[in-house]
Amino acid sequence: MPEPARGLNSRVQKLRLQSLNTAPEISMERAILVTEAYRKYEGAVSVPVLRALTFKHVLENKAICINDGELIVGERGPAPQATPTYPELCCHSLADLQVINDRPKISFAVSAQARQVQQEVIIPYWQGKSMRDRIFSSMSQEWLDCYNAGIFTEFMEQRAPGHTVAGDKIYKQGMLEIQEQIRAVMGRLDFKNDPSAPAKKEQLQAMLICAEAIIHYARRHADKAREMAAAESSRQRKEELEQIARVCERVPAYAPRNFWEALQYYWFVHLGVIIELNTWDSFCPGRLDQHLYPFYREGIENGSLTKELAREMLQCFWIKFNNQPAPPKVGITLQESATYTDFCNINVGGLTAEGSDGVNEVSYLLLDVIDEMRLLQPSTNIQVSRVTPDSFIRRAGEIIRKGWGQPSVFNADAVVQELLNQGKSLVDARCGGTSGCVETGAFGKESYVLTGYFNLPKILEITLHRGVDPRTGKQLGPVTDDPRQCQNFDQLMKAFERQLNHFIDIKIAGNDIIEKLYAETMPAPFLSLIIDDCIERGQDYNAGGARYNTNYIQGVGIGSITDSLAAIKYHLYEQRRFTWDQLLEALRDNFDGAEEMRQFLINKTPRYGNDDDFADELMQEVFGLFYKAVNGRKTVRGGVYRINMLPTTCHVYFGSVIGAMPDGRKAGLPLSEGISPVQGADRKGPTAVIKSAAKMKHLLTGGTLLNLKFTPKLLEGEKGLNSLVALIRAYFELDGHHVQFNVVNKETLIDAQKHPERYRDLIVRVAGYSDYFNNLNEQLQNEIIARTEHAVF
Amino acid sequence: MVTGTIFNIQRYSLHDGPGIRTTVFLKGCPLQCWWCHNPEGISLSRELIWHRHKCLGCGACVRACPRKALCFTQANLSYDQEKCDFCMRCVEECPAEAVEVAGQIMTPLEVMAEVEKDRIFFKQSGGGVTISGGEPLAQPQFLLALLKLFRSEGIHTAVDTSGYGRWHDLEQVSRLTDLFLYDLKLMDDSLSRKYTGKSNDLILENLRKLARNHNNIQIRVPLIPGVNDDAENLRAIGQFMRSLGISKMSIHPYHHFGSAKYEKLGRHYKLPHLKPPAAEDVARARGYLERQGIMIIN
Repeated sequence: MPEPARGLNSRVQKLRLQSLNTAPEISMERAILVTEAYRKYEGAVSVPVLRALTFKHVLENKAICINDGELIVGERGPAPQATPTYPELCCHSLADLQVINDRPKISFAVSAQARQVQQEVIIPYWQGKSMRDRIFSSMSQEWLDCYNAGIFTEFMEQRAPGHTVAGDKIYKQGMLEIQEQIRAVMGRLDFKNDPSAPAKKEQLQAMLICAEAIIHYARRHADKAREMAAAESSRQRKEELEQIARVCERVPAYAPRNFWEALQYYWFVHLGVIIELNTWDSFCPGRLDQHLYPFYREGIENGSLTKELAREMLQCFWIKFNNQPAPPKVGITLQESATYTDFCNINVGGLTAEGSDGVNEVSYLLLDVIDEMRLLQPSTNIQVSRVTPDSFIRRAGEIIRKGWGQPSVFNADAVVQELLNQGKSLVDARCGGTSGCVETGAFGKESYVLTGYFNLPKILEITLHRGVDPRTGKQLGPVTDDPRQCQNFDQLMKAFERQLNHFIDIKIAGNDIIEKLYAETMPAPFLSLIIDDCIERGQDYNAGGARYNTNYIQGVGIGSITDSLAAIKYHLYEQRRFTWDQLLEALRDNFDGAEEMRQFLINKTPRYGNDDDFADELMQEVFGLFYKAVNGRKTVRGGVYRINMLPTTCHVYFGSVIGAMPDGRKAGLPLSEGISPVQGADRKGPTAVIKSAAKMKHLLTGGTLLNLKFTPKLLEGEKGLNSLVALIRAYFELDGHHVQFNVVNKETLIDAQKHPERYRDLIVRVAGYSDYFNNLNEQLQNEIIARTEHAVF
Repeated sequence: MVTGTIFNIQRYSLHDGPGIRTTVFLKGCPLQCWWCHNPEGISLSRELIWHRHKCLGCGACVRACPRKALCFTQANLSYDQEKCDFCMRCVEECPAEAVEVAGQIMTPLEVMAEVEKDRIFFKQSGGGVTISGGEPLAQPQFLLALLKLFRSEGIHTAVDTSGYGRWHDLEQVSRLTDLFLYDLKLMDDSLSRKYTGKSNDLILENLRKLARNHNNIQIRVPLIPGVNDDAENLRAIGQFMRSLGISKMSIHPYHHFGSAKYEKLGRHYKLPHLKPPAAEDVARARGYLERQGIMIIN
């Protein structure tokens, strides 16, 4: 059983344990309601209105759940951890449900009744019609071949394009006011001169329906709370329930007036977004301390709020996130993101719209809450700018060194520059932040869709085999130069570049089709209410309605490919110790009988992560080629492509499809994660890792992920804390984007692997998020154990 | 240009002075402390180290040696010190990093190039460079050249010394050093002779002189159970410090992480069964000293 956390009152304690001890299960409620709505409306109304009426039907009919003792109300499913499915996106087969139920990790209980509903109601309607089915049947053979080869993944094959974060709009406007705004835009539609006016009208009509639906949904909570209050014997709880009823009558219809209403408003919006579609990643309140501070300040000043009450409200709010695991994934999508975490990532600190220090009392309060709650969700990060006080970083450092992976640390100044490089306004950039794992976005104003991971080392493997995937023998890429004929290293890099561009082209061609499918058949009119400028443009979030539209392709394995290229360049072209024939033969045989060569490649190669320019320049070269291949290309929604460098758990999956590599890695083993060095390759300590990583042009990306593993001793005492602050400051002075810390002894991890029952509480940093060590599969556990541990010298 | 022999340059050192530091370890030490955890730093000359647990047993090193100085017998690598001229061929040819040469000859500029890499971390943390050993005073010209260079680059300098060296050298060093980390081990001269191989006269005398012309000296005491952790010795150290007007000290409890190195170097370790002091023993020692007005800074 998870241990009770200290410092929580009995209400929060109880809610926390309920959240932690309830096993995730599949709820068919949403699937049934969505299917009913589609049966009723599909074909009779426009697509946006169909989606809006579906949303309304779900919210009108889903069970209302108010948990005992809670102050912030509303569940996505009928109860905590009861997780809906999204058959319009992914219609699970009965075999899928069996796997989801049976798998040892990231499982969801599937009842016999749920299975029956799936078989009798859901599958007959959705099979062949779900987005997943339509995507796979629309893809070219070469796309399918590449997908199956593990060259890239596809985020939208069972999840909708989400990845956006709420701005400050909802704290200023109620839904009734937003409806007025919609009507005003409708009134201005120019049916004479604008050929898209009818489509805009449908979209705006859909938004109106959704706004109405969420108000109604909140009022259903008010009714339920009153009903419960009437039957409640405890006077205190009766009063609380009556207060909940008043809050739910007020928001989201009207703008929030106080701290409680602000939190509850956001939570209804959150539920709306994740009930409407299964957005990847989960929605998030973003700059929560900035949004809440005016309410906090006013409440303290007028005496209606105390710090303790604010803390308790936030704790109750925290639990709501943890009650909603990421909806079940299957297939490759599960492998690339094997976690219950839904990637809500709250930003604390950073800059104000005017560019001054954004740290306020709520920022510190949020850090306290993170510390006390110790929950996977919501994840949290601190945004550190040059003007952020050391005291704030130190407070975060005290939590970081407890070793459960939160908060992660971002460079607010770099985030602003990244956004400015992408053409955003200065104010939009300063009000932005990072979400998901490490992704930069203009909060409230941008749709920044991650489209899939891209397997950089696999491209090298294919290059070494002249376009053939050695795993299957299929010719996937162009027939480039035989490496054995490459007179110099540059000639090899030319071949690599050709292969890289070829596969990026295939990925983007597939993205274009998928993006169009979502724009035309899967609009998100509720989400469009929240993100500017969907209303003004009369355009859906999924069709380019946001002020900024960005698509990402995420590069994986930069450490592995850098070390492999360094090995080739150093040993084959400079030292001439080995020949191509020797190397290719060793790779083919998975280094069987070539252990000496393998050791040489591992130990005698200049490797990334040691502040060695020989290797680091190769990292820069690969990064540059990837950037050139992707950055600036046009998207269907009228935006552009960008790159970022993060893996979630995809470095494990991508490694599983690659044979032995010239960096000495044996077939099937995980790749390096994020922009971290290959596990164990960094030998000169954390400052050298930071220097190497900082040689990447972070400001050209939309996010990079660096993991540093420390022993607890290294962060002990004042000295440890001060050094942590200095490491962060130095990395950020060099324009690094993000760094996260894993603070746990290798021995602890090994023991936890042997005795999982003793470590049910052990949370570790994975890649841009934390997870229970027990939730990770063995490969990922081993990968984390193998990361170089920086110890005290 | 003067060169020196260095056996390690350690980045991200947190316990050799303020902030994040790079510690440069100079080879060679006149003392022979029983507990020394850097035995590869004792000899002034370079030495071959063989890491048995990394060795693949492939014999690449033996084949690579142009002077036939290496020999593999009964799964043991030995080398003939007379023949070896440290050409490094064996190190280069070993695939597994099982053969290592302790000691690299470097110029001050080469050392600077390595130290320079972490300058941004020094700046952010108030750190700098620490020169340790071995005993830095065993290579006085090189030490002075290093310190001059660091000074000219505006890098904070610390010197970690046993105090066993010529005053003439130490005096010059003191003008280029921001912080001294000065070891005091045993106040009783006969015990000093026994456990460190040398009388403590020179060490104490140098400290007396140093205290007169340098105002940033911290004393370091390695706490060796049964050797120097008795009340008498600790009190004597405290009294001596007070008499010189030095108040700061760090205590370094004995550990045996260095013991494995002795075997690799083919040396005998004199304290194979000694256990690190218990936390309460460290606290007790701390108490003795604090009661005398000594400020323990770690």
